[in-house]
Amino acid sequence: MLRRMGPSAVRAGDAQSGALFPSKLEFNPPAHGVWNIVHVGMLVPEAHQIYVCAINCMRGVVLTAAEMGLSDRFSCVVLKEEDITRGTVEEVTLAGIVDVLHKLEAHGGLPPCVIVFPVCTHHFLGVSMSRVYSELERQFPTVDFVRAFMDPIMKRRISPDQRLRKVMFDPLPKVAADEGVVACLGSDFALDAGCELRDVLKRGGRSLVELQDCETYADYKELACAGTLLCTYPNASYGIEKLARRLGRRYVYVPSTFSYDEIRGQYHRLQEVLGTPLPDFEGEVDRCEEALESLRAKLQGVPIAIDAAAHPRPLGLARLLLEHGLLVTEVYLDAVSPEEEGELAWLREHAANVELRSIILPQMRVASREREAEVLAIGQKAAWFTGTSHFVNLVEGGGLWGFAGIRGMASLMEEAWAYKKDARDLVPRKGLGCTSCF
Amino acid sequence: MNRTNRILPVYAGDVSGAASALFELGGMVVIHDPSGCNSTYNTHDETRWYDQDSLIFITGLMERDAILGNDNKLVDDVVDAALELHPRFVALCNSPVPFISGTDFPALCKLIERRCGIPCFYVSTNGMHDYSVGASNAFVALAQRFVEPAQSREAALNILGVTPLDFHQPGAADELRAFAERAGFEVVSSWAMGSCLDELASAAKAGVNLVVSAAGLRAAKVLRERFGTPYVVGTPYASGMALKTFAVKLAEALHRSARLGDCAWPCCDARTPAPNGARCIVAEPVAAGSRAAEEELAYGLTSRVICPLETDASLTLPSDTLAYGEEELEVALSAAEVVVADALYAPVCPAVARLEPWPHLAFSGRNCYGQQTAKR
Repeated sequence: MLRRMGPSAVRAGDAQSGALFPSKLEFNPPAHGVWNIVHVGMLVPEAHQIYVCAINCMRGVVLTAAEMGLSDRFSCVVLKEEDITRGTVEEVTLAGIVDVLHKLEAHGGLPPCVIVFPVCTHHFLGVSMSRVYSELERQFPTVDFVRAFMDPIMKRRISPDQRLRKVMFDPLPKVAADEGVVACLGSDFALDAGCELRDVLKRGGRSLVELQDCETYADYKELACAGTLLCTYPNASYGIEKLARRLGRRYVYVPSTFSYDEIRGQYHRLQEVLGTPLPDFEGEVDRCEEALESLRAKLQGVPIAIDAAAHPRPLGLARLLLEHGLLVTEVYLDAVSPEEEGELAWLREHAANVELRSIILPQMRVASREREAEVLAIGQKAAWFTGTSHFVNLVEGGGLWGFAGIRGMASLMEEAWAYKKDARDLVPRKGLGCTSCF
Repeated sequence: MNRTNRILPVYAGDVSGAASALFELGGMVVIHDPSGCNSTYNTHDETRWYDQDSLIFITGLMERDAILGNDNKLVDDVVDAALELHPRFVALCNSPVPFISGTDFPALCKLIERRCGIPCFYVSTNGMHDYSVGASNAFVALAQRFVEPAQSREAALNILGVTPLDFHQPGAADELRAFAERAGFEVVSSWAMGSCLDELASAAKAGVNLVVSAAGLRAAKVLRERFGTPYVVGTPYASGMALKTFAVKLAEALHRSARLGDCAWPCCDARTPAPNGARCIVAEPVAAGSRAAEEELAYGLTSRVICPLETDASLTLPSDTLAYGEEELEVALSAAEVVVADALYAPVCPAVARLEPWPHLAFSGRNCYGQQTAKR
């Protein structure tokens, strides 16, 4: 049994991996930088998204597109009560998508790719989406239909986000592999420009391509040529691994981490798979240590809060900072990922008093957002929960990876401590890094 | 096909309307839905989320619980949260999947109320109606459950139907209050911005109710039925125009209704039908009718009101157009020369028409803040 400091927090020393808190009502803090399925789908150049659902479910996604200034790449089919009571959801779904496509045809032409999002209702009413797709493909043979879903009710299996990160690559055709090309896929953010992985691959005679490089649908299709697929983002691993299997490509999962040993291990795996020569990374480690020492000198005694939306490895980041003399006091997360079991074990032993706080439990709505001392927050949710204006405005790891990623994080923290940000203005914005009307 | 929107967004849904209506009253609103719904509401439809700690949660409904009818989890979770957070009431909202499975919300409310001793009621929603329906149902539930009989006063009123979805401008709720006070009325309660639950509970003290949006109409009818309180429909449209002639008419109607006990619809009666009008106002019907009346009284402009919401017929003239969805709107606007509407309607306006932006949070969400315009 966990010893809780309160119903919405647990000491690291008492925490077990997996879910930290029982499933209860859920609160959603007003920090919205994490990308949703609309943002992710928009990464496929020229693709058009069609959602089929009730207006209450539609509202968030349609306005996401509007806030991105991309309403012309988004359409919807509205389900009504009578569709459910009359059992016509399947017919309305098909007829609605067909109607949207005819309208698009009349307004500039059919898109090359349409990502279709049915919803929870389609599952519960037994709608045959395979019949819908079969008819769509018959009527619109030039269009690639991507079979997505917005079905959060099914998330115990695969979340809509994970599914989308798989199906968005389904149009990639089986073509001959180009062994000189490595594609890094699945993350919303391109690898940081200063990431040493780029140089390592280049020196090994490989070129790195990412979805974010693609400007046209044809560019996107060329990603299929890559002989090796990398994935750095945990939520995308399911999809990119399946893609690699389908295309017959090598797959290497190299999640962003804050452990020197794990980074070295990832490079050794890349060496095994690609045969690329590896440099001596001691220089890289030394530079990281210098950056962290500089950070420690500037943040002596400053409490640090981290949230799990900022980076998929919040406990690993906490460990790195604690090991380097920094004061991590609280980490906001509701579950410990299997990838972080080792980090949790370390915290249990060496930093048992670090608080692991829920993000979504109802008590967090009224939890105090005032602290005795100014906090440095890493992530938008941590910034909101601690009421600080010193925060690293980061979601999903932000493309930080490898040794450069560690230095990048240190640099962002230094900057956040040196300069205040307007959290009230910044954190409610959706999709950090996306195009936005705001 | 009128179910499809090639490019237009949809209005806020009924669940958002209900949550918005109850936001400031110290209750706990629970939306029975998978994760995601709460984010939609607080990101796009709720301007107060960052600064005010209102208790609005979702149940995080999962497939297994929905299929097996595990309502105990919902009840247990709501009771746990209520006992810890001590809300004044608990309101449950429905969504598409529990609607499909026929979850018995009134029965769940009784169970919850019995277990935690806190008033619990169901706001009829299912995610498939627009916000005005959800807000209206929430106000009706409050009017039925909480308002106590009291001696009414002729010079006192309630303002019904105030949410940021229709009144998003900073200070808009205060301006409504100021209008009532300038007209010589004491404001008993404002449903529901700037008033607490106790003030709403004393609404029977008012001699007349001012219905400022479609969301307030059905609550006004309940108060009429329970306490005989007459109501007047219209909103003091403030465009910066000096005359504000419609506001004067509205004040007169309020006094007349308070005195005689009759209801009045100045937002309809103070304007001329314009079935073929080339000037069109696309908006919530009370706001649109009030603006049309003001512009006609002040400048002689006649307008055709186009209502894109599920509305009570009494809020529009027979000559007005009810247009649901993108296709019907395109047809309704096809001959328009001037269109007064939220700027996100631009893609369906005729190329030759001039669009006068009139932002509406319930339509364009946060996008409305960048639009140049007069106040609602």
